[in-house]
Amino acid sequence: MISFLTEPLQYAFMVRGLLAAIFVGIVCAVVGTYVVLRGMAFFGDALSHAILPGIAVGYLVGGGARESLFWWALITAILTSIGIGAISRSTKIKEDTAIGIIFAGAFALGVALISTVRSYTVDLTHFLFGDVLGARPADLWLTFIFGGVILITIFAFYKEFLVLSFDPILASTLRLPANLLDFLLIILIAVAIVVSLQTVGVALMVAMLVTPAATAYLLTRRLPVMMALGATIASVSGIIGLYLSFYLSIASGAAIVLTCTAFFFFVWSVQSIRQRFSSKKTVVPADQG
Amino acid sequence: MAFIEELRKTSHHWIREHYPHEPNTPILEAKNLSAQYETNIALEDISFDLDKGERLAVVGPNGAGKSTLFKIIAGVLQPTSGEVHIYGHEPSGHICIAYVPQRTNVDWNFPVTIADVVMMGRIGKLGLFRNPKASDWEMVNHTLEIVGLSQLAKRQIRQLSGGQQQRMFIARALAQEAELMLMDEPLTGLDTRSQEEIFRIMDQLRNQEVTILISMHDLRLASENFDLVMLLNHKIISMGTPDKVFQPKYLEAAYGSHLALFPTDQGEIAFEDTCCDKGEPYR
Repeated sequence: MISFLTEPLQYAFMVRGLLAAIFVGIVCAVVGTYVVLRGMAFFGDALSHAILPGIAVGYLVGGGARESLFWWALITAILTSIGIGAISRSTKIKEDTAIGIIFAGAFALGVALISTVRSYTVDLTHFLFGDVLGARPADLWLTFIFGGVILITIFAFYKEFLVLSFDPILASTLRLPANLLDFLLIILIAVAIVVSLQTVGVALMVAMLVTPAATAYLLTRRLPVMMALGATIASVSGIIGLYLSFYLSIASGAAIVLTCTAFFFFVWSVQSIRQRFSSKKTVVPADQG
Repeated sequence: MAFIEELRKTSHHWIREHYPHEPNTPILEAKNLSAQYETNIALEDISFDLDKGERLAVVGPNGAGKSTLFKIIAGVLQPTSGEVHIYGHEPSGHICIAYVPQRTNVDWNFPVTIADVVMMGRIGKLGLFRNPKASDWEMVNHTLEIVGLSQLAKRQIRQLSGGQQQRMFIARALAQEAELMLMDEPLTGLDTRSQEEIFRIMDQLRNQEVTILISMHDLRLASENFDLVMLLNHKIISMGTPDKVFQPKYLEAAYGSHLALFPTDQGEIAFEDTCCDKGEPYR
């Protein structure tokens, strides 16, 4: 039994993959708490897809080398989030439509660029679905540094983000710089996506942002607990997912996301069943208007 | 330029510099306020003053511009023309204004407790990178006591009744040390007992000279509980004591056909518009 757990750890790539998956899980779940509470799942999904052309350009410029891709992704993510904000603010188009336009257009551009390289399918697959077992020590360091910055920022602005998410009008009467804080949150989401690219890839990214945080949302009534629970669920899913990937030979990113999804459905069904059997306990305000 | 404006707001917050309160100025002064969004005129040429400690009930049909007026006074919306002065300065520099939201505009599933929500009122005073101190929690507990919610402080907000939800927001405004409270339809959808509870708390606040603007639909409650009422339908139809304002000619001008006038032994009495009967959710 113990050898079942230790055997994969003989491989350095497996250890690096586990470390990356655990840390990415924590970062994504904490940022994802706000994505879930503020209904930004579609934005997160779009942003991660829109990074693809940036990666593609870096990939073509570097002749297939991976070293600089992180920075290309980071710059694209930040530019895209600014672009979406500008379009939705300056025209009559609603924000989700603006997101849809940029999202699909950028993604198509990325696929088109990568397809100009003859052996593109393998690399494209890695960008789309992640390649956590291919993480090099340098990648791991970037993940730790940028993920750490994200966590520190979220904690530093904890009460401001809380007010802004719960009651924007209060934020305004308290004279908090609401637009700056909104922008900061978007940048944090963008960086979290870039940090997690290698783990789950652009196509599955939104699951890391949303699923563990949503699972925690079902379980708690306090924000700090929701962050901590989400982080725990995400990192445990990362570990289980990688073991599944190792023993069953399934794609690592997909295995991690599937584990997160399984957690969600487990919690959701247990709660649904419990609610059905103890419907007396639920408090329904009599005069809620 | 919007960025610079934001930076300025930020610096206000960081060094916690507020506009001074000029002596001998009314707490609230609205001068020729107009607001127009796209082609809809929401407010037209609104002018009035309120002194410290006064309590004004704003009544008028749905869509009369009550929420817009309150948000402009709070400094959340900008008027198309005209000015609002709080103690002689524009509202955007003040954190002594509290806006109590309509209950239907709140996400009651948000993972916060009652104490968490009330603590949000302290954040303007705390400033960036500072955590609540023991004195802030004392303030929260004290305001929860005033509104009678101490027992429920650790509950998630969804577990409150409508009246309790409204009292929680009053506690938050008190924790904010607000001198001007803007309450947007706090009574809509509440039962009589909960409404009385809110009036009881408001009477307590009278001693602390908190100035209150409240919007409501029930003309009878407005005339029973307030010395000062405003009849609003985009313009101020009339403002003053209830017996002066609630006269058939003004009421008809404000409500048109939505109003029922009934003769009684004390003369004609007007009843509220038909849109928001008791218990029916406000949309």
